[in-house]
Amino acid sequence: MDNVLFSTADLADCAGIEPVCCGQEREVTGIYCCDLLSMVMGRAQEGDLWITVMGNVNAIAVAALADVACIVVAEGAVLDEEARTKAQQQGINVYCTELPVYQTAMAVTALAAGGA
Amino acid sequence: MGELVKLHYDVPGDDFTRAGEASSDVKKKLKTLGIDPGCIRKVAIAMYEGEINMVIHAHGGTADVEVTTAYIDIALADQGPGIPDVALAMTEGFSTAPEEVRNLGFGAGMGLPNMKKYTDDIRIETELGVGTTVYMRVNIA
Repeated sequence: MDNVLFSTADLADCAGIEPVCCGQEREVTGIYCCDLLSMVMGRAQEGDLWITVMGNVNAIAVAALADVACIVVAEGAVLDEEARTKAQQQGINVYCTELPVYQTAMAVTALAAGGA
Repeated sequence: MGELVKLHYDVPGDDFTRAGEASSDVKKKLKTLGIDPGCIRKVAIAMYEGEINMVIHAHGGTADVEVTTAYIDIALADQGPGIPDVALAMTEGFSTAPEEVRNLGFGAGMGLPNMKKYTDDIRIETELGVGTTVYMRVNIA
C-alpha cells in the first residue's frame, strides 16, 4: 500500500497553486517532476502529483494514461484551451502556479510534511 | 483461451491532438471488462507510445486489440518508412523525432523502450519503405 502524502483537495493550502480543473479528489502518493512526456509515462507512478511546464493536450493524455493524481503546471505556463477541455472531459485534476518547478516541488513537499 | 473482445482503430496521422484516442478508448473498455488496473495502465501506456510513434513517423496507421481471459494483444501497423535499425531504435534516448515534436514533449527516445518495459512480449516486423507492425502482449495477472 502506497503511503498517502495528502489529498488533491489539500493543495488549497498551498499558496500560489491554483486549481484550474478539478476532477475527482485523489490521494497523492508521490511527487514527480519532468517535461518529457515519454519519460513521465515510463517513470511517473500511479497517484503521483506531476509537476511540469507542459500545458498541452498531450500532457492531459499522459496524465490520464499514467493515472497520476494531478498535474501542477508550473513556471507560469498556461494550460491551453484544448487541454482544459480534455482535462474536464477526462476528469483530470490540473493546477497552475507561477512558482518555478523547484519551488513548486518544495511547496508540495512541505504540504506532505504537514508544514504548508 | 476465452476471447472477450476485439477492437479496431484507425490512428490519424500528423495529428498530435487526436493521438491517444485509441488507447484512451481501450483503457475505458478494459475498465468495463473489470481487467486489473495495473494491467490496464500497462496496455494504455504501451499503446499510447505506439500511437505517438505512428503519428510522428508514419502518417498514422491502425491499432488492433484482442482481449482474452489470459492476455491482451495489441498490433500497431503502419505504412511508414520502416525502422532501419530496430536494436538502435530500442535504445533508451535514441530518437529521430523532429524538433517540433520535441517541443511538444515527445521525442525523448523513450517510446519503444517504454513499450518494451510495459509489455510482457514485444515483436517488431519492419521493412524499409513498406511499413512497420509492432505486436505486443500484456499478460493478465
